[in-house]
Amino acid sequence: MGVLENKFKDNVIVASMDKLLGWARSTSPWYFQFGLACCAIEMMASAASRHDLERIGMMPRSSPRQADVMIVAGTVTMKMALRVKKLYEQMAEPKYVISMGSCATSGGPYWQHGYHVLKGVDLVVPVDVYVPGCPPRPEALIEGLLKLQEKIQTERPLTRKSV
Amino acid sequence: MGVVKGDQMVLNIGPQHPSTHGVLRLEVMTDGEIVSQIRPHLGYLHRCFEKHSENVTYEQVIPFTDRCDYLASMNSNFGYVVAMEELMEIKIPERVEYIRVIMGELNRIASHLLALGVYGLDIGAFTPFLYMLRDRERILDIFEYTCGARLLYNYMWVGGVSHDLPKDFETICIDFLDYFEPQIKEYNNLLSYNKIFVERTADVGVIPADVAVSYGVTGPNLRASGVKWDVRKDEPYSIYEKFDFDVPTGTAEFGTLGDCYDRYWVRMLEIEESVKILRQALKEVPSGDVHQALPKKIRPPIGSVYRRTESPRGDLGYYIVSDGTPVPSRVKMRSPAFTALSCLDEVSRGWMISDVIAILGSLDIVLGEIDR
Amino acid sequence: MKIAEIKATIINQFPDSVLESEDLAESQLELKADQWFEIATFMKEDPNLSFDQLECITGIDLGVEASLQSRYNFHSMEHRHKVEILITHDRNEPKVASIETIWRIGDWFERETYDMFGIVYEGHRDLRRILCPDDWEGWPLRKDYEGQELYHGIVIPKMKEEDGWE
Repeated sequence: MGVLENKFKDNVIVASMDKLLGWARSTSPWYFQFGLACCAIEMMASAASRHDLERIGMMPRSSPRQADVMIVAGTVTMKMALRVKKLYEQMAEPKYVISMGSCATSGGPYWQHGYHVLKGVDLVVPVDVYVPGCPPRPEALIEGLLKLQEKIQTERPLTRKSV
Repeated sequence: MGVVKGDQMVLNIGPQHPSTHGVLRLEVMTDGEIVSQIRPHLGYLHRCFEKHSENVTYEQVIPFTDRCDYLASMNSNFGYVVAMEELMEIKIPERVEYIRVIMGELNRIASHLLALGVYGLDIGAFTPFLYMLRDRERILDIFEYTCGARLLYNYMWVGGVSHDLPKDFETICIDFLDYFEPQIKEYNNLLSYNKIFVERTADVGVIPADVAVSYGVTGPNLRASGVKWDVRKDEPYSIYEKFDFDVPTGTAEFGTLGDCYDRYWVRMLEIEESVKILRQALKEVPSGDVHQALPKKIRPPIGSVYRRTESPRGDLGYYIVSDGTPVPSRVKMRSPAFTALSCLDEVSRGWMISDVIAILGSLDIVLGEIDR
Repeated sequence: MKIAEIKATIINQFPDSVLESEDLAESQLELKADQWFEIATFMKEDPNLSFDQLECITGIDLGVEASLQSRYNFHSMEHRHKVEILITHDRNEPKVASIETIWRIGDWFERETYDMFGIVYEGHRDLRRILCPDDWEGWPLRKDYEGQELYHGIVIPKMKEEDGWE
């Protein structure tokens, strides 16, 4: 895929190929369960029987090599930030990041005097969707995942994006 | 790091791993498959709770205590307000006491259900996890009906509670308990008498009673080793003296006293005891105003207090030092999971790597409480 | 045993180590740091005291120019009684004997107090930081703690008093 990206001028064949790729990539993203703190419990609850994540195709994978989406659920500390970066680099393209909860978005309730808290995971990895809440309800997380699916579908990986 | 001998292997069970106890790093030194030493590395979730509590007022500390032990948030609040009320010598209304006990015991059932479900998941059984989480969702519905939140409530305040019980609360709770009691039999059929589960947990990771006391292990882990110690009975707080309940201890049903199966079994029996307490409490909740004893401004006298309460993981203690201002001078949380994890090294020597996962799951740790 | 008898037993055995002070609560006893290991061994092994559970070690900073303190809470499973011991340290060189060989939980509690306050427990076999990373600078829970600027290239922003962030 890396050889073909950003290669072609915009025409009807490339546009339909882009749509096909968008559909294929978005409809069954396997998530990397990176639960750190309280938001991890709500992530587990959304994977359990009442709010089932598997019905939208998401399956939990424990290894970064097999995952498409990394859900950073919980507070990222300085000690952990280096490891988050390493795990992000181990994921294979195409990869996306969802920042779940207010701690991962901007430090959360620990923003003021937390000497050891990273104020937002977007300081170390690029984030696609932010899901606010402390902790966000499972329904909020599912909405975040559906928004991510919309975002993936509007990406056009094959088209050359020139100015 | 230490010196590695010639044929020793170091296995890193890293900060991100699928058994969902949180971010803990275990450096395991093994000789083939047999473990010779474990060094736990903590601090991956150190969120500076104690530094925050020196810069915000006494009431503002309560949401931070929620987030430390996030599975039993009502009990974390309970410990803090009991310590504060002892420091300030406030007398609270009966209705508030009953509501606190009801919420604390419901949260104890929810926390044990999650602990046991995840323990089954660690051993390899997926179905009990789904069943127990399904029933836990019903308890979270009750909490949401009362105070609006599913996981972190900020419910117990110094001198009262934040919301009164809503309409028909007693009926809803009793309906839930009537639905829930037969489910315990279903869990036993699925997991407790399952041959594979028994083989993996009986006789594994025995903690003798004197080692447990020296390592500061408390709660269900200590009771599974045969020591009958429960803060609700031995240093009673709130109105626990009015209720009639037993304190289950380990019985060595399938193996030795103090093994992983005993720790699992004590938690199962504690769920039944909590149901008993709830039934007694729901019958006799008195009427009254829950906000009557809330102080206008919390300014405790100069001094210090150390008070412990029984959380689902053990003895949760708060050491609070006050210097007369509305902001605490020092709040230290003595967390039961911290002491439970400290005995992992000694207990798992000589066992295999998969037994280490079984022992770690049976200790029921929550990293938010350990790292604070 | 009542708290007065517990205190009297310890004072009789080690009369030179006790410090009298007015603003102590009834269950607290302040000791000097020099004979702490012997006193702790006596508290565990004497059959009338038999304190077999160390509940908590709390480090306290009494003020920006004042001293540091370690407070130990003890409990006996057999006799069901408690006591609290206070030991004061000099701010520039805080140290006291370690009791981790007597109560095994002292190991991690003392590492935590060292990490947060810098109090050195002599005789501890492996005194290193437990919560903060190993290369963290400073003692976070002291009242005069100034955070570091950078950690491995990540900027740590500082709060200003009046208008928020720098």
